[in-house]
Amino acid sequence: MSTRDIVLVALFAALMAALGAFPPLMIPAIAVPITAQSMGPMLAGGILGAKRGALSMLLFVLLVAVGLPLLSGGRGGLGVFAGPTAGFIFGWIAAAAVTGLLVERFWRGLNFVTAFLAASLGGIVVLYGIGIPWISLVGGVPLATAATGSAAFIPGDLIKAGLAAAAIVMVKRAYPMIRPAHGRP
Amino acid sequence: MIGGLYRAGDSRLHRAGAGIKLAALLFFGTLLLAVSSLPLAAIGLLAVLALHALAGFGPRVLWAQLRPIAVVVAVLVLAQLWLATPSEAVLLVLRFAALVLAAGLVTLTTRTSDLVAAIERGLSPLARLGLDVGKVSLAISLAIRFIPAVGQIASEVREAQLARGRRPSPLTLVVPVIVRLLKMADEIADAIDARS
Repeated sequence: MSTRDIVLVALFAALMAALGAFPPLMIPAIAVPITAQSMGPMLAGGILGAKRGALSMLLFVLLVAVGLPLLSGGRGGLGVFAGPTAGFIFGWIAAAAVTGLLVERFWRGLNFVTAFLAASLGGIVVLYGIGIPWISLVGGVPLATAATGSAAFIPGDLIKAGLAAAAIVMVKRAYPMIRPAHGRP
Repeated sequence: MIGGLYRAGDSRLHRAGAGIKLAALLFFGTLLLAVSSLPLAAIGLLAVLALHALAGFGPRVLWAQLRPIAVVVAVLVLAQLWLATPSEAVLLVLRFAALVLAAGLVTLTTRTSDLVAAIERGLSPLARLGLDVGKVSLAISLAIRFIPAVGQIASEVREAQLARGRRPSPLTLVVPVIVRLLKMADEIADAIDARS
């Protein structure tokens, strides 16, 4: 890892904290707060690629663990990881990795559709694939029960995947990070 | 630098080493999760409550830690009552309360900088496997310094857009902020390399 890679990893961990400071959007129809923070793993993976994206999420989780109140709503500290929904926090690391891997795969002809596919497979399918079994395991409830309880967040996450996909495509055009647009491979 | 969740104090818990507290938390958590026993969970919770009192934390601090998990745990209890037995539901509540409060107690009584130092010490054996602990430390300290800077950049971009009569949307805000961060990364990396 070059110094530049470390700086990028740290910058995206800090961006994740800034996203947590965004006031959550309330959608009356589903009564579930939509926070900007879960866009972070999709953005980190989709812009920095799998390795740096996942490391930036790991770094962010570490900052929360050492007592910084960086989760949306000002939560933080070790207690967060003892709760039943901790899988959704650890899951950010894998979510960024998978989003990053897919964006790297689609890089040459990346458009909104492929970026949306990458963001929702990583940031929703993989994230829930970790978060739901985690609730089921530590909460002692069947998978289906845990999945039903989590389903209310999916519409909001689809909106975030759309926003993240648009951002990933725009940033690629302005400042490609995964591979230079011209010249050297 | 942004403030952590540490609450200053002079109790024995405050003075205990970060590494010892983390090891004790790990042991406590493993014990509580490995042994499904109602009396053990109850004793564990009482012990954690006693330690909170020893550290000088009252009911308000306790509730502030439990509130974020209250709704999810309430739903889980309903599911347990429906699918399992009342005693399992009670065990679930006692376990989560004890674990969350024990972990919270470490956070409340240990400075962020002490926890970071403990992590770095804990990682040092991995140096033999090729992990560069110096780079991990650099990443942690950079991120802590970047957090207020990124917030500052976001509000600058927002103000610039408002001044031009554009209403900032999540997308028109996030893209220029990210592009500025990416451009900054080169300058910062050059500055760090020039100094070392």
